[in-house]
Amino acid sequence: MTDDAKRSGLSRRSFLRSGAAGALSGGLAAGLLTGDAAAAAAATDAEAPDTVGPGPVEIELEVNGATRRLAVEPRVTLLDGLRDRLDVTGPKRVCDRGTCGACTVLEDGRPIYACSRLMIESAGRSITTVEGLGSPDAMHDVQQAFVENDAQQCGYCTPGFVVATAALLARHPAPSEREIEAGLGGNLCRCGTYKGIRAVVEGAGGGGVSGG
Amino acid sequence: MRPFGYAAPATVDQAVGLLEAEGSEALAGGTDLLSLLKDDVERVDRLVALRGVPGLSGIELDGGMLRVGAMTTLQELRDHDGAIAALPALAVAIDGVASPQLRAMGTVGGDLLQRPRCWYYRRGFGLLALAADGRSMVTDGDNRYHAIFPEGEARFVNPSSLAPLLVALGAEAVVHGPAGERRLPVEALYRAPQAAGERENTLAPGELLVGVEANVEGSRSAVYEVRQRRALDWPLMAAAVSLAGSGPRTERARIVLGHAGPVPHVATAAGDVLSGQELTPETVAAAADAAVEGARPMSGNRYKVQLARTAVRRALGRAAGMEI
Repeated sequence: MTDDAKRSGLSRRSFLRSGAAGALSGGLAAGLLTGDAAAAAAATDAEAPDTVGPGPVEIELEVNGATRRLAVEPRVTLLDGLRDRLDVTGPKRVCDRGTCGACTVLEDGRPIYACSRLMIESAGRSITTVEGLGSPDAMHDVQQAFVENDAQQCGYCTPGFVVATAALLARHPAPSEREIEAGLGGNLCRCGTYKGIRAVVEGAGGGGVSGG
Repeated sequence: MRPFGYAAPATVDQAVGLLEAEGSEALAGGTDLLSLLKDDVERVDRLVALRGVPGLSGIELDGGMLRVGAMTTLQELRDHDGAIAALPALAVAIDGVASPQLRAMGTVGGDLLQRPRCWYYRRGFGLLALAADGRSMVTDGDNRYHAIFPEGEARFVNPSSLAPLLVALGAEAVVHGPAGERRLPVEALYRAPQAAGERENTLAPGELLVGVEANVEGSRSAVYEVRQRRALDWPLMAAAVSLAGSGPRTERARIVLGHAGPVPHVATAAGDVLSGQELTPETVAAAADAAVEGARPMSGNRYKVQLARTAVRRALGRAAGMEI
């Protein structure tokens, strides 16, 4: 069975359907903010969704290009699910409260804190961790630049910084100083390796690194 | 986290129905709620996931009317050139959330309805943080980030980045509930709780904030946040101003302080000072003084009174395009 077939099979479940719909929804529903409740209601079907959990719920998501299927309790965060269930241990569990950035992953290309997303909320979506950017044998440009600029000390924040840097460079291939601060403002390094990390990003302005 | 159920409604009406049940909470971006659940500060039986509800996210700019769905992320709003061009102060308020991850996850509705950051609340002592003998842990303890405009026993501060600006603009919140739709001024979303278990917002069980609307035409507005550092953190004090009127004189001014009280603090007297006046260093200073009239700082946050004056002065300066 292809990945697409598996996904469409599962998408009949309400929890997955909702995940897919979120990615597709464009503008505001007709009438939602303009007082026409009937128009808003007509745009939808009436059947109430099931409540799933608190026990394990089967979900499917894409992790670093591979379709992964597992059963998780709704309370499991994306970070814990990746690390403990799927053995994807690049994203690190440090503050676990959405302030340090060590767990940063890409969800449908956008940088998020995996500790602050329930894994069930990522069903039907595509997750990229530091492992998905490149491997020791075939490093992503950002990973290579971290090595060349000695942009890590203890290394615990590094996977999150690498992913956040890749996301920044994808948005701003030659970021200004302000864009660097805004783009990496969600990650902390307690060793204080910021000088090296800044060198990584500034190297991109000279065409040395791309966010690709 | 304790175990909980999870439901993903496909419509606003379904969400409202699910939220009517006791123990159900709406899940938006999750950046605040998940931390509260991990720390066992809040408990839920069921989360009602709003992420997949079509139509809750989106931005419309229709004439001078800006409509933003509650599930629109802060980054989506920041990236909307039309909205930012019409309301540049929005960029300042959003950029104050100095983390791309939080901007990508956090939503407009979640920003408006995030729970207070009061460290007594976050340690499980409740919003009012009253000890067993009824004394306030806040007044007796470390209150450096607390209210300078406390209301009764409520001494925490409203933490929203967007609320001061939206209140200054006279924006409306659109709420759907079991009885249908109601609209209210954004400031009416908030209240200062006075009894244990009361919340700091006015939404009834089953009610869901679906979006906000603001008339952004013809008003000059600005936000100024005073921060300890530029990195990811809440500001110590924030001021939002909205000036109406053509020509040099201000017909009407709305001045709102954030991080000053348990609800966004509308500094009515400060607005009145500027009514019919030209903005000059003197009138701006008078407005800044008026903005902190009636402030009741506690043992450790007297400095916030001066920060409030400064924030008002600089926000007015920004709105008027002058260095003050």
